[in-house]
Amino acid sequence: MSARQDAIGQATASQRIKDLAFRLALLACLALAIGLLVVLLVDVALDGVGALDWDFINNFTSITADKAGIQAGLWGTIWLMGVCAFFIVPVGVATAIYLEEYGDPTKWWNRLIELNIQNLAAVPSIVYGILGLAFLVRGPLSLGNVVLAGGLTLALLVLPMVIIAGREALRAVPSSIREGSMALGATQWQTIWRQVLPAAVPGIATGVILALSRAIGETAPLIVVGAVAVIAFNPEGLDSQFTAMPIQIFDWISRASNDVNNYRPLAAAGILLLMILLLAMNSVAIWLRNRYEQKW
Amino acid sequence: MEAASTAAAAGGRPEAPSLRAARRRYGEDLIKGLLVVAALISLLTTTGIVYALVKETIVFFGEVGVGEFLFGTKWTPLFGDPSFGVLPLIAGTFATTLIALVVAIPLGLGAAIYLSEYARPRVRKTIKPMLELLAGVPTIVFGYFALTFFTPEILRSFLHMDVAIFNALAAGIIIGFLIIPIVASISEDSMRSVPQALREGAFGLGASKFQVSLRVVFPAALSGIVASIVLAMSRAVGETMVVLIAGGQQPQWGADVGKSMETLTAFIGATAKGDAATGSTAYKTIFAVGTTLFVITLAMNLLSIRFVRKYRQVYE
Repeated sequence: MSARQDAIGQATASQRIKDLAFRLALLACLALAIGLLVVLLVDVALDGVGALDWDFINNFTSITADKAGIQAGLWGTIWLMGVCAFFIVPVGVATAIYLEEYGDPTKWWNRLIELNIQNLAAVPSIVYGILGLAFLVRGPLSLGNVVLAGGLTLALLVLPMVIIAGREALRAVPSSIREGSMALGATQWQTIWRQVLPAAVPGIATGVILALSRAIGETAPLIVVGAVAVIAFNPEGLDSQFTAMPIQIFDWISRASNDVNNYRPLAAAGILLLMILLLAMNSVAIWLRNRYEQKW
Repeated sequence: MEAASTAAAAGGRPEAPSLRAARRRYGEDLIKGLLVVAALISLLTTTGIVYALVKETIVFFGEVGVGEFLFGTKWTPLFGDPSFGVLPLIAGTFATTLIALVVAIPLGLGAAIYLSEYARPRVRKTIKPMLELLAGVPTIVFGYFALTFFTPEILRSFLHMDVAIFNALAAGIIIGFLIIPIVASISEDSMRSVPQALREGAFGLGASKFQVSLRVVFPAALSGIVASIVLAMSRAVGETMVVLIAGGQQPQWGADVGKSMETLTAFIGATAKGDAATGSTAYKTIFAVGTTLFVITLAMNLLSIRFVRKYRQVYE
């Protein structure tokens, strides 16, 4: 853009130096942020790559670090994600449809729902853990520290993400589609179900995957709802006790500093596996968005 | 939503026949009812959070004075002779949040200005996903990094600082990096929504790129920038895993960030990990501290939402 200044012919030398210094400072900010990410990834990879093998995936955790693996955590996480997806897809999409297609945004109750969702998206995750502890694990539902309670807690945590993504996807469908459908005599629901929703599916699916990839790494709420760290079985149902990958990793990190066994490579290997899963999920989300996104 | 006003208005001419459905469709009403129920779940979530927190907190305050809790400077709730002053936990939260902001504000804003004002579209397209990746890394990973790399390798070996292995400084700095994407993406969004005409006007008057960025675009985007900082602050206050892993669990009424400082979130995490029995003191303190945390973050979130609305209104 300095061409513009040359053309005007006004920029003095000191101004140009200032400009360059500013630009370099900005670049340094970006480089520092991304540099830390790179160092973090490399550090974790170096720590963990030695321990990440088939035994690690196939063994349960153990009091001897050499024999410990993440199988229970991996299956626990799969169960949790299943419960979570089963809940957030219908509820999230229905809420998004209500707010975008039915709700009158000038009415105070709809504005309240909207404000509420915006706030929920920023409530600390550990507070959702407290909610799960008070209502799901104990209190009214008293499910105990089981898969269903953990999965629903995570679902409530990421629900706002699904709703917000769903609304954006619905909003991107042009209103001419709706008007065309209604003009042909379709009812409002027929229009939504047969025209609007199919067009919005890629956007919604992307949102759901991103929400799940947030849920998969959440540790704090699971600690509060009482995921068990040391467990040597996979969940057998919704009422099974469970552990999860991040809980297992947290347990190993806590041990690393005070045990004769060295659990640090295990923690790093667990993190590596978690990051690989995350990367796979994000790639699918990006692929979905690029492959099926419609430009109107 | 326009479609919701039915096709009746579509003709526009007064003599047009009614295009409303000949009979009421109960199926449609039923579906709408189900959608409303789904939408109410999010309201119920908030109600549930508030109810759960308030109920146990009232029980807690039946045993501990409000004054002792809010102004006491000693937090030893699980000792034989317990003290319930929450200020040390607030101090820990405040310290880590402040450190995080010192890191995140300059770096996040610098990145935002670069992406919005300097970067070519292609550069922006490659760098933004990297920042998103930074935002997508689970916080437990940052905790691990702070404890096993940042404190020993950077703070101790490289900078020769005399810090404890669990310390508020490392936790705060790492949280700072974790919230950079929040500051950067919302600020960039708000800077890019500043109309091009403002920039062109300033260039026309002979301003340099540097002056345009800092004196025209930055002030014009200020409400969005403030929103991003407040939201990042709320995120830093609520961050749990980094402080739980790397910040230590020694409450400290002071500001020695080289040592362990327990935060509100770390206390909840550490206490809940011990599987507190319903009705026990430990159980009640989780809720009392949770309420404190929720009130602080709620205030920040509402403030940030207001600022975001403001910048959206001005230019869109």
